[in-house]
Amino acid sequence: MTLKTFGLDQFGFLLYSLQWTILLTVIALIGGGLLGFAVALARTSQLKPVRIAAASYIQIIQGIPVLMILFLSYYGLSLAGFELPPLIAAGASMTIYASGYLAEIWQGCIQAVPKQQWEASESLAMTRLQQYRYVVLPQAMRISLPPTVGFAVQVVKNTSITSIIGFVELARAGQPINNATFQPFRVFLAVAALYFVVCYPLSQLSRLLERRLHAGSNR
Amino acid sequence: MPEVIVENVHKSFGALEVLKGVSLSVERGEVFALIGRSGSGKSTLLRCMNGLEKINSGRIEIAGHALGEDAKALRKLRTDVGIVFQSYNLFPHLTVGENIMLAPRIVKDVAKAKAREVTREVLQLVGLSEKFESYPDQLSGGQQQRVAIARSLAMRPKVMLFDEVTSALDPELTEEVLMVMEQLARDGMTMILVTHEMGFARRVATQTIFMHKGKIWEHGPSAALFANPQTPELHQFVKSDVK
Repeated sequence: MTLKTFGLDQFGFLLYSLQWTILLTVIALIGGGLLGFAVALARTSQLKPVRIAAASYIQIIQGIPVLMILFLSYYGLSLAGFELPPLIAAGASMTIYASGYLAEIWQGCIQAVPKQQWEASESLAMTRLQQYRYVVLPQAMRISLPPTVGFAVQVVKNTSITSIIGFVELARAGQPINNATFQPFRVFLAVAALYFVVCYPLSQLSRLLERRLHAGSNR
Repeated sequence: MPEVIVENVHKSFGALEVLKGVSLSVERGEVFALIGRSGSGKSTLLRCMNGLEKINSGRIEIAGHALGEDAKALRKLRTDVGIVFQSYNLFPHLTVGENIMLAPRIVKDVAKAKAREVTREVLQLVGLSEKFESYPDQLSGGQQQRVAIARSLAMRPKVMLFDEVTSALDPELTEEVLMVMEQLARDGMTMILVTHEMGFARRVATQTIFMHKGKIWEHGPSAALFANPQTPELHQFVKSDVK
């Protein structure tokens, strides 16, 4: 058997696997976004039990490693008789992980809208739903853009954890190439570079949004 | 029947009793000024009138609505009672026109064309017709406050509450806001205002109430009240006002 070297073919495979990393990130942000949004709203509810339930959810998700969420959904559910394909298990755990953090980020953004905005809209006889829909959320959304994009960077990097349950995303793709080439430094340098290529523009975007938020008006 | 009835209202924040049995009644078209030192309870009393603060006991009836617990009834009351705040509280993400049209559109289901018409009308009333498309942060404080008044008026309220609406403005801008309010008073709007503008209270308010330590300390027609304070507290208060 001849040893291959790390060349274009191998790099192509990494690029191909990068798609899975991105797909997983998108799943986590959409799924986690929907779930996190609901939890953020619950967190700002007028009903105390709802607030407490939402706060507990956030604390629990943030208080356990992503790896455990992954193991629990992959092994736990297979114990219960559900055999999950790695993509589903990976997508589900990333969704849960992202929801816990997005909920907290967005809760902060909702609470950052001055309470006078609530009073003014309430005094105009709006329902609570209308207050959220027309007054509070549009303002909160604007505040939320920089930290949300910033968090997306964390999600991209953390998808690498799903390699452990055999999901072949970018980090996992480096392993067979390394096994074939015995050039770990080159291989993982390439893997790291690819993560950087995705994350760096996102970080910059987050900073740009942040600057615009502070420089600009409240619109 | 009076437009506003406040009967033996008590209100506490925790252990601190801010309103200690306040009663008053305002006839339609009257202008009431609430004056007094900070912490005398005047702003709290005003905020109780549209349910922004919940009272502990007593009774408030305003524009034919009894103030109560029910959320739907409270919204109904608020469509008839406008309030303007010290810090304007315009919606910063909406244009002036959108700020004014929003509540009529979504709360009262006014058709879009009609809502635009009403908006133009109230903007003209406050002298800001040309600002329809501007955003709040493009306006001066005085202009923002006039937009806030217009926004309330667009709901066609029967009673208007003003909570220290000129306190954040410098004298020149204060004047333009007071002129709008004076016009409203002349047009027959029932108004209750918390104010530090003694000259304005004396001139425009039909009645002035001096609040002290959570109670109505002195109350009467503005001219008489300012000319002949009956209590040392009001005497002191009027004297300390430089204007």
